[in-house]
Amino acid sequence: MPVVIVDGQEIEIGADERLNCIEAARRAGKEIPHYCWHPGLSVVASCRMCLIETGQRDGATGKITMVPKLVPGCQTPVKDGTVIVTESQLVKDSRARVEEALLIDHPIDCPICDKAGECLLQDYHFEHGQPERRADLHPFTSRKRDVGPTVTLFVDRCIMCTRCVRFTREVSGTGELMVTSRGAKEEIDVFPGFPLDNKLAGNVVDLCPVGALGDKDFLYQQRVWFLKREANVCGGCSAGCSIHTEHNQDTVYRLKPRENPHVNKWWICDDGRYGWHHLHDPARLLAAGRRATVARGHDAAAGVFETVEWADVVTRLRADLKAAGRLAVAVSPMLTVEEAWMLCAVARSIDPEAFLAVGHVPVTGEDQAFPGGFTIRAEKCPNRLGVEAVVALFDPQSRTWGDLVAHVEAGNADAAWITAGYPAPWIDDATAGSFGGLSQLVVQDLFDSPLAARATWRLPAAGFAERAGTWVNVAHRAQVFEQAIRPPAGVWPEGRLLWNMLGRRGLYDPVAVRQQIAGSAAAFAALAGDLPATGIDLRLQQLATS
Amino acid sequence: MTPFKPVLLEAVGVPDGHSIASYKARGGYAPLEKTLAEKQPVDVVEMVKASGLRGRGGAGFSTGLKWTFLPKDHPGPIYLCVNADESEPGTFNNRILMEDDPHQVIEGIILSSYATRASTAYIYLRYEYPHSWHRLQGAIDEAYAAGYLGKNIRGTSFSLDIYLHRGAAAYICGEETGLIESLEGKRAWPRIKPPFPAIEGLFRKPTVVNNIETMACVAQIARRGVEWFKSIGVPADPNNPRDPGSYGPKLYCLSGHVEKPGCYEAPLGITARQLIDQFGGGVWKGRKAKAVIPGGISMGLMTESELDTPLDFAGPGKVGCLGLGTAAVVVIDDQTSIVDFLHNSCRFFAHESCGQCTPCREGTSWSLRMLERIKAGKGRLKDLDILLELGQTMGMMPGSTICGLADGAAWPIKNAIKKFRGEFEDHIKRTNPSGWMVTDPVPALQIVGAH
Repeated sequence: MPVVIVDGQEIEIGADERLNCIEAARRAGKEIPHYCWHPGLSVVASCRMCLIETGQRDGATGKITMVPKLVPGCQTPVKDGTVIVTESQLVKDSRARVEEALLIDHPIDCPICDKAGECLLQDYHFEHGQPERRADLHPFTSRKRDVGPTVTLFVDRCIMCTRCVRFTREVSGTGELMVTSRGAKEEIDVFPGFPLDNKLAGNVVDLCPVGALGDKDFLYQQRVWFLKREANVCGGCSAGCSIHTEHNQDTVYRLKPRENPHVNKWWICDDGRYGWHHLHDPARLLAAGRRATVARGHDAAAGVFETVEWADVVTRLRADLKAAGRLAVAVSPMLTVEEAWMLCAVARSIDPEAFLAVGHVPVTGEDQAFPGGFTIRAEKCPNRLGVEAVVALFDPQSRTWGDLVAHVEAGNADAAWITAGYPAPWIDDATAGSFGGLSQLVVQDLFDSPLAARATWRLPAAGFAERAGTWVNVAHRAQVFEQAIRPPAGVWPEGRLLWNMLGRRGLYDPVAVRQQIAGSAAAFAALAGDLPATGIDLRLQQLATS
Repeated sequence: MTPFKPVLLEAVGVPDGHSIASYKARGGYAPLEKTLAEKQPVDVVEMVKASGLRGRGGAGFSTGLKWTFLPKDHPGPIYLCVNADESEPGTFNNRILMEDDPHQVIEGIILSSYATRASTAYIYLRYEYPHSWHRLQGAIDEAYAAGYLGKNIRGTSFSLDIYLHRGAAAYICGEETGLIESLEGKRAWPRIKPPFPAIEGLFRKPTVVNNIETMACVAQIARRGVEWFKSIGVPADPNNPRDPGSYGPKLYCLSGHVEKPGCYEAPLGITARQLIDQFGGGVWKGRKAKAVIPGGISMGLMTESELDTPLDFAGPGKVGCLGLGTAAVVVIDDQTSIVDFLHNSCRFFAHESCGQCTPCREGTSWSLRMLERIKAGKGRLKDLDILLELGQTMGMMPGSTICGLADGAAWPIKNAIKKFRGEFEDHIKRTNPSGWMVTDPVPALQIVGAH
């Protein structure tokens, strides 16, 4: 195995690994500061912050020959015997000078800058900069301009790392951003009439190491040091991008991509990035309701919903459905694997012959692929594959939402339990009308809908950041995530209700449910034990265990 | 010294010397025909290597050696780029060649393309040379008509097309990878190396970048032979194994405060004093020289006492200059302020820095603003130390930048302050009698009260 020597410490790297000095030093626990380098973008080696000393140890004699000048760590590959020195005086002086140079034209307006607290320029200046400002210049202007509908550019804060420019050229393939002018007068800009407007545009804000690019959606909403982050999975489409949900006091402020080489690499799309606002929509259903006067052929006007305490929902819902007779259940692809499994179990405990189908699968347009290997899926739900596999455990006939509607229309059901939880309107009045003849209709959704208007039980659903559990994405990768925020007062996440309806004791524990599924079903055997943060491919594990 | 007869400049003053007829009458294109008929490309490479020709663009790298870095038996295209983006202040030798003897350049390009197996050559011409543009394009058209360019030249399997590309006036386009980027239609930001252009250059194909004067030298070597070329100039220093010698004639561009500025051809190794006295008619108005730029502004400064330095590839380096550069000798007389000189130099590089690497982008701009302060009578002695530190830390040689532009910006700063520190100190003390000694750091929040 090749050996790299980082500040005297020998570390082994893989024989086939192509690492640069920054990555190799990171293995040894040494952070080489850098601005322009990003693992997902081409190497330009222009910020010169990662300058280090390197050398080569002769394999036979052990003699070390140093390169007589500083080299950029990002541009220098390591091989067996590479010597990296990250803490010599030469390196420290060089970093201090780059920091000093970057601050010459920087407004240093940290108190009014939204990036403060997560700014590399700040962090590196404290760690590597020099305390004294020698440049007798006062460039204190802070111009800003829009570069697109979602992004604002604070021109003078920019340090010209060109990450954003490279992103639009190499990953989104749209090329809106460019560098104008020359030398110290350089600026990032767009061509007049061609704003930064693409589905991946928000990533340039994440890439910006300083406060130059601001996300209008997040700008001035919250100081970053108040935010807490939870590893989460985006529920916007079947790609299942790994994200961090950043929140404070049960309010989500922004979503950030979480690095996952198997799914989304370092990026998320803007649909996902801004796809959390429905969580705090005042129109959300916020209480469990049971229609007070149940009349045949009920429509929106017949009767009102009276609020039922959740503890009573657990018993009364079961009693109502039991009394109604033949049950049909739609298992929403917005549910987690655990919730879907519990829903099927509850349904079968009420009616052993219950008709189980995968709920409505929303599809919008077509898959949209980008040159950098990122794809936005047309299927706007996160867990169709997971729910399909769960339903197949109970009923091998793989029924769909269409089958369920036909089943109800044919008069083969007396009661239906429709789980939904879709952030966007999903059902039209005609389809909802098919459910008009049922004696019990349970609708569990985020918002009111033509279907909910016909319900006898109208239950609120949880949003994506309010659940915990497992989702299986379009590539069969199962990702486990924690609950980021509590749902609004009055809302029980589906898992909590189902856990109680199954008669389980204590708080809802998705891990216990997951282990139970993994232990009983071969399709989910891979979910046993602790899962890596990047998830696990269910198919690969099936091959390995069979 | 034996009288030296100009070779590269032999067409200067000849009526219609730029025409193909005149060039052929002087013996031109015959060596090309002979080479194509009798020699293999590798023979031309060996000939240029044996001649010891070093690139005339500034760095002085061995031309033949550069050609051998190209991959052997490369299946795809190989490109030759000819650098005519002559932007180094004080330099105009390429212009003379392109305007007065374009066919000499074109013959050199054809020979070099034959040697490197390139079938496409690009001439990257600086925008400010409209006359060169017309002359070169006319000469290229003549060469096509005469069958020296195009498909199957002189009945051989060798084909060559030359494209004349006009730049958009940026100094950085003269850096070889900046030139390549610009030629590809991109912003002329020099590339990181490796890969070097010989492996991956223009359109990601193996590429050689050579200077116009180098091309003219190749044509002359083919015509007059290796022995003739090696008989001129300074042989390699036997005590320095890394010195390949400085052979051949060189075009020196003499300008500044001399009586007769101009482009003069002389053997490599002529001293600056000889050049000024024998060709330039001495420093103007009977004054003395204070300083001399040995080869374009980015090479630094020689003082009057250093004027006997030979202007070969090794000479200026011995007196602390960067090198021979483009051999553009600019004379500064003893009544010129060195502060003004450095201000002008810094202004040039701050304007021309491409802005890619932080140390150069901010360093050139900061040094200019310090010089502006000094000139405005607000200088402090401390500024000189900062300037010197900037000069010593920015550039390719300390490793802090991608290309050599920052080295070129740093050398005048370093040389001027080291060699003329007294004059800077006098200027600062005289113009800023109350504040020259201040060493306090700059209060960062000085303007808070304005809010």
